[in-house]
Amino acid sequence: MSKRKDAVEAKIWRLDRRGFLKATGWATGGLALGVGLWGCKDNGPNGEGAPPPPPPGPPRILPDAMLYINIDNEGTVTLVAHRSEMGQGVRTALPQVLADELDADWDRVRVVQADGDESKWGDQNTDGSYTVRMFYEPMREAGAMARRMLEYSAAAIWAVPVGEVKAEKHQVKHTASDKVLDYGEVVAQTEDWKAVEIDGPQLKAREAFTQIGKGTAIVDLDDMLTGQAGYGMDANIEGMKYAVIARPPVVGSSVDGFNKEAALAVPGVEQVIQMDTAPFPAGFDTPKGGVAVIATNTWAAIKGRDALGVTWTKSDYSNYDTEAYIEELKASAETGGNVYRKEGDTAAAQQASSEVLDTTYITPHLSHTPMEPPCALAKVTGDKCELWAPTQNPQWARGAIAGRLGIKESDVKINVTLLGGGFGRKSKPDFMVEAAILAKETGEPIKVVWTREDDVQHDLYHSISVQRIRVGLKDNAVDSWHQTAAFPPIGGTANKETVHPSVGEVGLGLVDFPYRVPNVTIETGASPAKTRIGWLRSVANIQHGFSLGGMLDEVAHARGLDPKDNLLDMLGDDRSIPFDEMVEGFTNYNTSVNEYPWETGRLKAVIEQVAKDSGWGKKMPAGSGLGICAHRSFLTYVACVVEVKVTGNQITIPNLWYAVDCGTVVNPDRVRSQFEGGANFALSAALRSEITFKNGAAVQSNFHDYQVARMTDAAQKVHVHLMPSEALPTGVGEPPVPPVAPALCNAIFAATGKRIRQLPISLG
Amino acid sequence: MPNFTLTINGESREVRDVPADMPLLWVLRDVLAMRGTKFGCGRGLCGACTVHLNGNAVRSCSLPVAAAANQPITTIEGLSEAGDHPVQEAWRELIVPQCGYCQPGQIMNAAALLHNNPNPTDDEIRQNMAGNICRCGTYNRIHDAIKLAAEKGGAS
Repeated sequence: MSKRKDAVEAKIWRLDRRGFLKATGWATGGLALGVGLWGCKDNGPNGEGAPPPPPPGPPRILPDAMLYINIDNEGTVTLVAHRSEMGQGVRTALPQVLADELDADWDRVRVVQADGDESKWGDQNTDGSYTVRMFYEPMREAGAMARRMLEYSAAAIWAVPVGEVKAEKHQVKHTASDKVLDYGEVVAQTEDWKAVEIDGPQLKAREAFTQIGKGTAIVDLDDMLTGQAGYGMDANIEGMKYAVIARPPVVGSSVDGFNKEAALAVPGVEQVIQMDTAPFPAGFDTPKGGVAVIATNTWAAIKGRDALGVTWTKSDYSNYDTEAYIEELKASAETGGNVYRKEGDTAAAQQASSEVLDTTYITPHLSHTPMEPPCALAKVTGDKCELWAPTQNPQWARGAIAGRLGIKESDVKINVTLLGGGFGRKSKPDFMVEAAILAKETGEPIKVVWTREDDVQHDLYHSISVQRIRVGLKDNAVDSWHQTAAFPPIGGTANKETVHPSVGEVGLGLVDFPYRVPNVTIETGASPAKTRIGWLRSVANIQHGFSLGGMLDEVAHARGLDPKDNLLDMLGDDRSIPFDEMVEGFTNYNTSVNEYPWETGRLKAVIEQVAKDSGWGKKMPAGSGLGICAHRSFLTYVACVVEVKVTGNQITIPNLWYAVDCGTVVNPDRVRSQFEGGANFALSAALRSEITFKNGAAVQSNFHDYQVARMTDAAQKVHVHLMPSEALPTGVGEPPVPPVAPALCNAIFAATGKRIRQLPISLG
Repeated sequence: MPNFTLTINGESREVRDVPADMPLLWVLRDVLAMRGTKFGCGRGLCGACTVHLNGNAVRSCSLPVAAAANQPITTIEGLSEAGDHPVQEAWRELIVPQCGYCQPGQIMNAAALLHNNPNPTDDEIRQNMAGNICRCGTYNRIHDAIKLAAEKGGAS
């Protein structure tokens, strides 16, 4: 295996029955393999309980972590899903990879969800569109290893040379004698797997793949269609009580007073507990605190909370007002000063320009609003805690709970449920820590339920952003590009002094500006966080992609070029761009530019493909238009064309086309579904969603005023073209989002001549 | 507090000592431990909690239990015996769900739509499903699955 910086390296261990039981808790016989995962130990923080840095966090590799695979005497293949399922299909995709190399019958593969234990299972932080990218190769190796062991053992059973046997479709065959053994029979007849010596795994040729590249149905499908799928909200244990919490509406404020008796008078309410309120900033794992109402059912807890009538103290953030803050951010985008990338001299170049385009792009705070609001069930017994929660990052929850309760991390057990959507919200363990605190305090199992109001008003929001771009034209070519971004960084939620984004955050589509321009300045202006900022699906690619995608369209019109032709012209010749030499500390989604180069040819190819698929250049009826945008994120190259029809202030999207180069595709159906859904997720932000603050508190509270895309807003048809590729797999969960809003705004310009520079779109 | 008799998926269920204004959603989930019906917003804005009352789609988060007593209620657990209602079959064929959390509500709303209108137009589907939010954005497949179920006689 190559030592890729982002990928884990597989080393495979054969375990005896006792070792396997100890490791997994599965009392099973048969063939047991542990796939050790390591390599690249220099690749990020590795301390137990240390929270990962803001996303996308580099994969963390622990030396003893393994993925476990078992084949029992009946031939049932069991493997661990150690990553969280939130709709991206990970519980299906990784097993597919393994089953393919194992040549297993898919109907005999069983998936068991791992508990949260990084030391045992390896990196479980399901974030940053990493899973397939990280684990594609180790899963292949593990499957191939198991297949080879079955072949060797069968050959020994038959006393024939291994070269005469072949594993295929869950059977090992000896072609010369027509002997056949089911995998289960081989396992049952093998006394000692440790004695089976093999010559190493032999990976299949691509043309022999049976699962990789196949749109296999998700393993949880039937449960999801019949109401049997178990989410965090559905977790239930004996004696469980329900908690609903009144949290400070303004960060940093504390409880001033409340009416405990009124809450206790609500039938079903059993306890009212005041919790420590958090200062600001206090990071991502510290609950906001407030007053918790414990009841025998959720409804009583909600009614009890309503009866509390909590009053709150003022804080330094009680005057946070987003309308005013946008003006401050505009001033900050005027000043800039924190330079990430500089080539040539933009100021001098713009003095000499024939024309300077000078525009500002603005995007609001967004809330994640997964359909399942945050929730967690905790039970504390003595110095031990057990938790059931829809978490993207169980290892972080484990450390945060251990730290808060003052117990050992090894005494915290995290059961990972299905997630009813995540989008980055459920990476943060604050809501899980709440449940642990209350379970400890009451001595009873407590399920904390966030209402939708709690979710919208106490989120860790996507950052508000103002970006000023000045483009100098000379001889009708782009001679200078000066972009100044002002947005509160994620790090501002942990540290007040952090007022500029990390190099990782600007690496999400801002500094990796791939167009050929002689004079470039890319900088940020100081922007303190005034509410909790988190990461939301595709993170800062949202504001960077919106600004860049819109501005490139403006440039095309200023140059008198077709917008697609302008993109291709500005990208120039096919080349790999050495951003690591141009930007200090360039992260490239936590991999090296050698492993995953930034290739203009791949971006150009998806642009050409999407133009072809959409009939780019065709004459559109009055009020209709096409817009284009291309954006690389999470190492995946995406181009998008949106068709819009504008009637008065009404926006309809009859068609949306994507062309996608995400390397090797494991499950094309799930990749397509990520793009179909990602388009609609992006349309929420483009058309509807906005969190504003007044007097320090979020103004919106539920889906009536924090609106998201409904079926009536959705793109009526989403066409996804997956580019054939044998390159390594790259991310697909997040890359659908960034290009949609700019492509839509560019389409609106084509349809109406109205330029949109602020989201959500307002035509009024 | 009062007692109620609910008829859920053809079975009679006694519910004791619950306030008359407790929404049916919480009676189902917290009192009867029937957790296929989902909580999404508590205000009738997202459709995750959709069940059938007298064959019509209703938002159980906003329906007091007192208003649901003594009338037939169908939840996702009882839509079909074997998970093979034409709407479920169409959902299965097109692999509609991503995270799956909103899908019980989507399926119940779609089944009621087809019951009342066996061959809805594209626009009727969009208008009738607009009350059901899916943050994963599976709207295109939901739409296509309803068309597919209609073609196969999904009104049953």
